[in-house]
Amino acid sequence: MQYERPNTMKDAVGLMAKAKGKAFVLAGGSDLLVRMKSGFVEPDLVVDIKSIKGLDEIKKTDKGFTVGASVPCAAMGESKALAKAWPGVVEAANLIGSKQIQGRCTIIGNLCNASPAADSVPALAAAGAKAVIAGPSGKRTVSVEKVVTAPGKTLLGKGEIIEAIKLEKRPSKSGDAYLRFIPRTEMDIAVVSAGVSLTLDGKGIVKSARVALGAVAPTVLLVKKAANAIIGTKLEDAALEKLAEACSAACQPINDKRGTIDFRKKVSGVLAKRAARIAYERAGGK
Amino acid sequence: MGFDANYESRKFNSVGTRPLRPDGVDKVTGRARYGADFNMPGQLVGMILRSPHAHAKIKKIDASKAEKLKGVKAVVTAADMPDLTDGDGELYDILDNCMAREKAKYDGHAVAAVAAIDARTAKEALKLIRIDYKVLPHVTDVDEAVGPKAPLIQENMFTGGVEPKPEKASNIANRTEYGHGDVEKGFEEADFVVERTYKTEQTHQGYIEPHACVASVNSDGTAELWVCTQGHFVYRQNCADLLGMDVSKLRVTSSEIGGGFGGKTHVWSEPVALALSRKAGRPVKLVMSREEVFRASGPASATSIDVKIGAKKDGTITAAHAELRYSCGPYTGMWAELGAMTSFACYDFKNVKSVGYEVLVNRPKTAAYRAPSAPMAAFAVESAIDELVAKIGMDSVKFRIKNAAKEGSKASYGPVYGPIGIGPTLEAVEQHPHMKATLGKNQGRGMACGFWFNFGGQTCSDLNIGADGTVTIAVGTIDVGGSRASLSLVAAEELGIPYEQVKAVVADTSTLGYNDMTDGSRGTFSSSIATISAARNAIKVLRERAAKTWDIPLEDVFWEDGHAVTKDKKYGNLPKLSLKEIAAAAGNTGGPIAGHSELVADGAGVSFATHICDVEVDPETGATRVLRYTVVQDAGKAVHPTYVEGQYQGGAAQGIGWALNEEYIYGEDGRLQNPGFLDYRIPVCSDLPMIDTQILEIPNPNHPYGVRGVGETSIVPPLAAIANAVSNAAGVRMTHIPMSPPRILAALDAETE
Amino acid sequence: MSGIPVSTTINGDDVEFLCQGQETLLDVLRDRLGLTGAKEGCGTGDCGACSVIVDDRLVCSCLVLGAEAQGSDIQTIEGMANGEELHPLQRKFIEHAALQCGVCTPGFLIASKDLLERNPNPTEEEIRFGLAGNLCRCTGYDKIVRAVQDAAREMRGE
Repeated sequence: MQYERPNTMKDAVGLMAKAKGKAFVLAGGSDLLVRMKSGFVEPDLVVDIKSIKGLDEIKKTDKGFTVGASVPCAAMGESKALAKAWPGVVEAANLIGSKQIQGRCTIIGNLCNASPAADSVPALAAAGAKAVIAGPSGKRTVSVEKVVTAPGKTLLGKGEIIEAIKLEKRPSKSGDAYLRFIPRTEMDIAVVSAGVSLTLDGKGIVKSARVALGAVAPTVLLVKKAANAIIGTKLEDAALEKLAEACSAACQPINDKRGTIDFRKKVSGVLAKRAARIAYERAGGK
Repeated sequence: MGFDANYESRKFNSVGTRPLRPDGVDKVTGRARYGADFNMPGQLVGMILRSPHAHAKIKKIDASKAEKLKGVKAVVTAADMPDLTDGDGELYDILDNCMAREKAKYDGHAVAAVAAIDARTAKEALKLIRIDYKVLPHVTDVDEAVGPKAPLIQENMFTGGVEPKPEKASNIANRTEYGHGDVEKGFEEADFVVERTYKTEQTHQGYIEPHACVASVNSDGTAELWVCTQGHFVYRQNCADLLGMDVSKLRVTSSEIGGGFGGKTHVWSEPVALALSRKAGRPVKLVMSREEVFRASGPASATSIDVKIGAKKDGTITAAHAELRYSCGPYTGMWAELGAMTSFACYDFKNVKSVGYEVLVNRPKTAAYRAPSAPMAAFAVESAIDELVAKIGMDSVKFRIKNAAKEGSKASYGPVYGPIGIGPTLEAVEQHPHMKATLGKNQGRGMACGFWFNFGGQTCSDLNIGADGTVTIAVGTIDVGGSRASLSLVAAEELGIPYEQVKAVVADTSTLGYNDMTDGSRGTFSSSIATISAARNAIKVLRERAAKTWDIPLEDVFWEDGHAVTKDKKYGNLPKLSLKEIAAAAGNTGGPIAGHSELVADGAGVSFATHICDVEVDPETGATRVLRYTVVQDAGKAVHPTYVEGQYQGGAAQGIGWALNEEYIYGEDGRLQNPGFLDYRIPVCSDLPMIDTQILEIPNPNHPYGVRGVGETSIVPPLAAIANAVSNAAGVRMTHIPMSPPRILAALDAETE
Repeated sequence: MSGIPVSTTINGDDVEFLCQGQETLLDVLRDRLGLTGAKEGCGTGDCGACSVIVDDRLVCSCLVLGAEAQGSDIQTIEGMANGEELHPLQRKFIEHAALQCGVCTPGFLIASKDLLERNPNPTEEEIRFGLAGNLCRCTGYDKIVRAVQDAAREMRGE
């Protein structure tokens, strides 16, 4: 196995584009090394992107935030500005694994691993986050929810690397939240998860909303009906019930070692309700 | 052996105190050496190829390509481990489990092994071994395995314990029955009867250290094995038997052990490592991966249990009956029998009967797991009792006190009890502040009792006194949880010297006589008897030396507080001689001073515990949180109370994991789906509350200090205690362990429909 | 195949080694450098027994490649005591019997040290969640939490 540690994104893209055999990008490694250990993948080339300048930074601009591909999730939690603007995204990122994993894992790795149960993805999708992709023919930007096409598969072409996630600047009276269900209190993969992001008007009525569900379909689900159920409301019980019903109805889960279809359908609605309430409070709603 | 082990009340100086453990510094600095921390010059890396099929005939193995790979030094299959078991069925099963012979009997069953110069080469070599399988139908569920359509795991298995011998082969390997009285008549006398079927899924001991060993076989037939084990003498015997070696020529050294809980009482890959080393002519290190530990070491049984209990309006139990089916993996065991024996051991029954069936399934061989088989039986019985109590309208604790076994009760499994702790633990629970703690919404309290036999067995110790008066006590029972501290305390107590003057070590198999394993909660119980006996033998030598020094008869020399003294006035003011002084003069008074002891430690006192727990159940998700947990258990005499508490807390935590989340999950294909700590969910730190403990001391009449084993009983009550608490919190009776959130939510939904 | 040359700092000492591309930092520590204090309990980042600190981040060394250690500063259990003098956490773990078999102990100590350096006065809940990446199967965690609380008190000078 060849290990390379380029200093520029151009070199990294070049290495990935030229690679013969199986090539993988390494940032945190908390998924890649697990898959190597189990013999699930046997890379011929690993391109470590941590020496690329700027990739380990969280940048705040007029337009919002840019989170680089080698920023460990722990650093997201340590960024007060990011945690204030996007608390739901940050709490999702900080739920991935233990403190040990937090020191290594990245949201882009979490995204590119393309697991239906990835914690940060529903929160990012609800937040309307965009992925900046560098490739042999230049850069392109796509919505996070479009990146994963099927379990284990992404739309990335040969030589393409996601270099950053962009989060927009928050309008006032906005909030987001992410909740997942796991059997234990830590160290598990989400059985069901829900991310909600919303913005209120001056009267505390939900003006816009995005609701995303994880681990209930092959890829993250953005549930429009669920968002519509709370837009124009103050999250009254009836609205929340409609939200939950829309979520449960949108799920296409499977029975597996982590949960059942019935459980996932029911709990997706429960979590969406709870996450919506938290997001609403964070937006200043009462 | 004339050692009198009877209990004698005394005042203790060392026993019952809480000094620092002797192996503490090594373990906090990373210096302690565990199974995988040892290396030998020229050592190879051993790896095992495992069956991906739950049940398959091995038609042909072609290892020629692997053998030719550069860096591969040996390939071993069943052909390299010929059957030397000479009709010993139990030994044959061990051999077949270590290396599959005609059939692979579970996902993960070893089929070949390699030794190579490094891990990369060994891995590559495994891929080059071609195995021609004929896949057979499989069965992994304990109830399906006893059904009429189940494939036979052993074609010639005719249920034992049944007269006349059955004509048809089946997956039921054995039937056992315990009890007394007339159960039918008893049920007729009952005003209330509860009858239910319970299921528990398979769990693993989950020790953090995977199995690891370094094997080195020499061309002259001598060999060494460094290994993490709960019983190096037993490993030596098994390995020597399977490989046709002389027991005395195989020296087994036990490493520090990173947890065992019963799982390291059986050999798994050690005979294979020796076979590889023999063939390669070099030392071989073989370390299991975590995945291999789950797929191919020995988890506990999965069970299916029918219980029926009847009682009168006043709360007197009139009859109890249980039928217990325990999975054994592909080989017979005594797991259902242990379930049958322990199921009703807490109570005094006029009419009781329990029947156990050992059931073969295509899962890894069942191994001991802390009080093996008792937690599942207790779950069924204690759950049924709580339901019965609710029907009668009595208090759970009072009902149990009324029916508790006591001194003189005939146990359901046969013997008549001496002084025992079930009643006192229940009375302590009744008075415990935990019982008065306030419960909120969606919260509930449960309690349950548990029993374990404990075990004594063959034991020996050497106690050597150095010229400076410090003492080494060499024992043959592995220290799994602090027994070197306890045994040092016992030696200090007996000799009348400070704890700091004693050092306990675990000797290897060539430097001490045979010892049974550290299982059955016997480590401290049995080795403390041997230590007391060895110390008393050493004291006799010390007295002899003092007598010689003083030139007076031995019978006039007494041992008091670490000194030889005279009492008779005729010796005037002879100054007492300290152990140090006698030791310093040993070279001139007859040579080194030592005490030895070889004995069978009979009379392990039975052990009882009662647990209380409070839980909160989220009615929308089925998630259970443990809020409070209290363990009350009889220790006989707590030698080192801190480590006794540790045993209580550790067992409770394992039981909590078993009750709520831990389970082996098999797919339709018979493959284990969760062979890792990610999806085999043992409790993490944030899952648990502080675990309160209360140690009761009801002396064991068969131990000089009253000691009982304390290691296992604590895992027996939690499954039932939590099930009872969940039932009280959520209003739904859970009959299937683990009570995972999907199961609880489904039960809640079924209730509301 | 030639190995990858790596220069790094371990417990304050300059260390150089050669490793293969797929070798983990844990493999390197244990098999090449003889630092066997970090244990492999799972190899997949689920148990924390191999915890070390790399450039001020607590990590599982089984999920780091040896080659990634180039230019890093690594702290392992072997460097936790100051010569003869144990770190307060090491002492408190012994005093509180926060270990039984002890195989998880090096990982717990490294994780606890990281926890207390970030948060000198953690609540019980913060300790429990902070150490959730370290599995212990013997103690039920009770005495570990108490040892960390007591060490934190001492380190704060209370």
